[in-house]
Amino acid sequence: MATSSVSKGCFVFKPKFKKRKISVPIEEYFNKGKNESEDSKLRFETYHLIWQQMKSETERLQEELNKTLFNNLIEFLQKSHSGFQKNSEDWACQIKLKEIPTAALVLGVNVTDHDLIFRSLTEALQNIITPYVVSLQAKDCPDMKHFLQKLLSQLMDCSVDTKPKEGESVQVTQKKTHCSMDSLSSWYMTVTQKTDPKMPSKMRNTSSQWQSPPVVLILKDMESFTTKVLQDFITVTSEHLHEFPLILVFGIATSPIIIHRLLPHAVSSLLCIELFQSLSCKEHLSTVLDKLLLTTQFPFKISEKVLQVLTNIFLYHDFSIQNFVKGLQLSLLEHFYSQPLSVLCCSLPEAKRRINFLSANQCENIRRLPSFRRYVEKQPAERQVALLTNDRFLKFYFKSDIKEPFEEDYMASHLICIIAIIMMLAKDELMTILQKCFKVFSSSSENQLGSTRKRIEEFLSQFQSLGDAREEDASGLQPKELPKTDLYHLQKSLLEMKELRRSSKKQTKFEVLREKVVNFIDSLVREYLLPPETQPVHEVVYFSAAHTLREHLNAAPRIALHTALNNPYYYLKNEALNSEEGCIPNIAPDICIAYKLHLECSRLINLVDWSEAFATVVTAAEEMDANSKASEEMNEIIHARFIRAVSELELLGFIKPTKRKTDHVARLTWGGC
Amino acid sequence: MTSRLDLKEDKMKEVQFVGDDDVLNHILDREAGTKLKKERTQLLVNPQKIIKKQEYDVEEGDQEVLKDQNYLKVLGQNVQESLKNGSTTDDVNKVYSFQNRKHPEKMAKLASELAKTPRKSVSSSLKNDPEIISIPQSSKGHPASDKVQPKVIPRSHSDSDSEYSASNSEDEGGMQESEEDTSASVLSPKVPAQSRASAPVCKGTPSKKMKRAKRSNLVEEYFEAHSSSQVLTSDRTLQKLKRAALDQQTLRNLLSKVSPSFSPELTQLNQQHEKLFHKWMLQLHLGFNIVLYGLGSKRDLLERFRTTMLQDSIHVVINGFFPGISVKSILNSVTEDILGHTGTFRSVLDQLDWIVNRFKEDSSLELFLVIHNLDSQMLRGDKSQQIIGQLSSLRNVFLIASVDHLNAPLMWDHAKQSLYNWLWYETTTYRPYTEETSYENSLLVTQSGSLPLSALMHVLRSLTPNARGIFRLLMRHQLDKQEDPSYAGLSFQDFYQQCREAFLVNSDLTLRAQLTEFRDHRLIRTKKGTDGVEYLLIPVDSGTLTDFLEEEEA
Repeated sequence: MATSSVSKGCFVFKPKFKKRKISVPIEEYFNKGKNESEDSKLRFETYHLIWQQMKSETERLQEELNKTLFNNLIEFLQKSHSGFQKNSEDWACQIKLKEIPTAALVLGVNVTDHDLIFRSLTEALQNIITPYVVSLQAKDCPDMKHFLQKLLSQLMDCSVDTKPKEGESVQVTQKKTHCSMDSLSSWYMTVTQKTDPKMPSKMRNTSSQWQSPPVVLILKDMESFTTKVLQDFITVTSEHLHEFPLILVFGIATSPIIIHRLLPHAVSSLLCIELFQSLSCKEHLSTVLDKLLLTTQFPFKISEKVLQVLTNIFLYHDFSIQNFVKGLQLSLLEHFYSQPLSVLCCSLPEAKRRINFLSANQCENIRRLPSFRRYVEKQPAERQVALLTNDRFLKFYFKSDIKEPFEEDYMASHLICIIAIIMMLAKDELMTILQKCFKVFSSSSENQLGSTRKRIEEFLSQFQSLGDAREEDASGLQPKELPKTDLYHLQKSLLEMKELRRSSKKQTKFEVLREKVVNFIDSLVREYLLPPETQPVHEVVYFSAAHTLREHLNAAPRIALHTALNNPYYYLKNEALNSEEGCIPNIAPDICIAYKLHLECSRLINLVDWSEAFATVVTAAEEMDANSKASEEMNEIIHARFIRAVSELELLGFIKPTKRKTDHVARLTWGGC
Repeated sequence: MTSRLDLKEDKMKEVQFVGDDDVLNHILDREAGTKLKKERTQLLVNPQKIIKKQEYDVEEGDQEVLKDQNYLKVLGQNVQESLKNGSTTDDVNKVYSFQNRKHPEKMAKLASELAKTPRKSVSSSLKNDPEIISIPQSSKGHPASDKVQPKVIPRSHSDSDSEYSASNSEDEGGMQESEEDTSASVLSPKVPAQSRASAPVCKGTPSKKMKRAKRSNLVEEYFEAHSSSQVLTSDRTLQKLKRAALDQQTLRNLLSKVSPSFSPELTQLNQQHEKLFHKWMLQLHLGFNIVLYGLGSKRDLLERFRTTMLQDSIHVVINGFFPGISVKSILNSVTEDILGHTGTFRSVLDQLDWIVNRFKEDSSLELFLVIHNLDSQMLRGDKSQQIIGQLSSLRNVFLIASVDHLNAPLMWDHAKQSLYNWLWYETTTYRPYTEETSYENSLLVTQSGSLPLSALMHVLRSLTPNARGIFRLLMRHQLDKQEDPSYAGLSFQDFYQQCREAFLVNSDLTLRAQLTEFRDHRLIRTKKGTDGVEYLLIPVDSGTLTDFLEEEEA
């Protein structure tokens, strides 16, 4: 069946039911892509396992990080609702009853992450406060009617959850109900009565706080709501507050000021707003990094460059943790997909077990690794031979050797954190940290670190001897925020900071000592923490194809287009197209020639001039015999080719037709168009 | 006044010769240190203070650009590594730097340059070889380039042209002169590609001061080019070229005669892309969606993907370039043809909700969406993208789409991007966009060229002589006013007056009846002016009208 038609644009293909496979196992695609599918099944399973673990870990982290925020929020909600419960004659309470308790949740610009937060918030609220939690988005509520409809239908869904039997009747009524505030409050009445039929309709003071659970309404993206809808809704509900206990939660991406900008005083005075600030996304990211990459929990690691790509996307583009994790997922996938040895990228005992089952082919793969070769070259001759020829020996070596990278990673993460912090600490904290260090080192009873332990002890005593001299705060230096706890970044910024310090004020005794400590730790790091690239077989656990990642996540379609048009040789490796930069041979594809010519024009392009220029170029390229009779037809064809090139450029958005002058087109690119 | 204009134009002309690399050098120079800067400012004693002031503004702007470029470089630092990203930092600079204001004649010149460049001959050899350079003169006798002739030599078709020819002729004269003695050296600096290699021999020695002055206009240039209503192009029209506008069919026929060049390379490119099919399937299943970009039609590629990988699964192919496509029709084909729903929905959002629920309930249901040109006119709207994005974010809906427009990524904000969860793949194919452009009302493929003329004849022939007279009256009036860009049409009252005077109508009711008939045949269009008066206009270009009048009178 063809997929082009002049009468329709959608083509549905539905294979016969019998023919249709229920579902093709995904692993199959994992296999087929590669010709030699080595351990691909195992690899895919490992990928799946690690990814699931990572995913649940990030979710857990998210929850943990949001915990305090949620707790505060929930506390506020409980408190504000209790006022409604009491319903006393107190004048202040009466006033308060007119005010809708509102939590303004400032979440930051990383809009993509908000969904997750709201989801877990809804869950938390439903568990603790009330079953009636509704979240609305601006796009669902263009006007008041839709707003109420959505609200009501979602509320009813909430109650359906509690009473599944009633499901159908509710569904039916939902359509018929004329949505208004009255119907909302009457619905609320019936629902609360049903839950506790003995209760009198007038809810006076009751024993349990949860006899009349509040309705929590979350507006996910407060900024995009139309002001009128918001204003109307707030005014109306404040009137009905005594019979319909509503609590609002605003999700705010920009700043709390927006509330006052959206709502006039008359409306905002009906709200009792309390502000909640979510954790900054930067902190969030560093925790994620800590827990996902700088641990021994996950064998998978990414190289410096990959990390840089990911953090660049994060810092320069979206501040989105979700996207960062997506990038991580992609690198994980790429790693397992492209590196046959990634089968060993799993927990240590498991890896040791798998080494035993490596095929001869895989051993060959190991030998081909550049890092392994470098390692072999350094070995004595007979060992070299053994490593290169004997599979068993190789495996044996591997088993004994493979554990090192893991442990060093662990140490690395620990030490790096220390240095990062030290630069910003005052004396007391520094001492506690050093003490901690001391403990860590003493617990790891390796001999080589013995001297280190002694040094640290010395430092500690020196600090103590400083006594309670001035409490000099190091924050005067204002070190640049260390973006990541990455070794290389760190070293760079360390150097910067040292320089900065030299130029700045005179050092105090404390600072001198601190610098000593830092230097000491720095040298320690340099000594024991070799960059992973120097380790043999680091390829197994380190993913380093930064460019693929960038290509797929942070693509630059404009540059690709420009290159294709400007330098066709880049794609079409034909020597005839190879030319000096900026110049284009006249046999290049038509569209390239037309593009090149149009670059010479200013805002408007005369089609006639353009077509003639085009014809000149193309004619020369054809080197046709102009005297022959075919030339008229040739001209026609060239004209047709020109037309095609122009309409393609129009499709690509470089030009558009204009009415300013006959037979002209307008250029659309001029710097950033 | 003319002398003033000339002066102004002279200035403009100076601006024209700044190449991208010069601009870059300039920027880099400035970065190099304050020393240079000082020297320059000393050189600038001459110009007026106002200019100086402007320069500071420009500097700021330039530094902005510089910052951007640095930033881009940082982002693009690994690009060289990548085989497929298709760019060097140089390219980055070029894409995002301002294009300099070009000489109106430049295109023609570049064309002749390009035409001259023989296969594979590197331009450096070209410069030293007087024979090749002298081709433009020898080619005057060359029959093939006969039609090129008129544009190499300054034309004088209209006023705006002659304005130009004043400044141009001087330039051309200089060019020809120098061609006689030194041939290459003057021509080459005008072609940006070569100015790089050759010594900058602009006519007169370009002192640093001059360069500076040129550059200071870089930003102004942009606004100047976009503010002035005057257009600096020649006035020639296709009409005069005597090349009949082609219709779709002839165009296709003609193009079918062209044998595609570089086919082995193209197939190689294609094979590279086809290797990715399995990976795409894998990634689609793992929750990503795939978007293809890069020059060339990706329709064939997607089609092959569909036929090889999707034969056994439910899938919908959506031609975004189809002019009648809409989100509604996409959703309809999902609900009706795939989910077998009979019935209607109150709104698109309802329909979407329903689909989402269905897919969430039934996890065995899987749907592939193949969208050609997701960035087409019809689908690029915010709402459409939102809906398609929501559809694609479903776990068991897999989307693979292609985008072509230069600014396609601007369609998606962060929220939509996270809905789509894109993985970008560059698939440059260099295939012609045959199918994609066939629907569009192209610039030169005028469905209106020959058609309106015959339609006009046909309709008018069936009218009464009086009616024909009325129409001709309007036509004449429009042709008289065709030079006036603000011409909105002939007001009804005036028209009535004229018709009365020509004894064509006797009451304004008759005229109205007549106009209704015209309107039904779409021969005229009426528009209410700001003053509430009705204006009448023939929505046919003046060329066709002239042709028609000629035929009528013949």
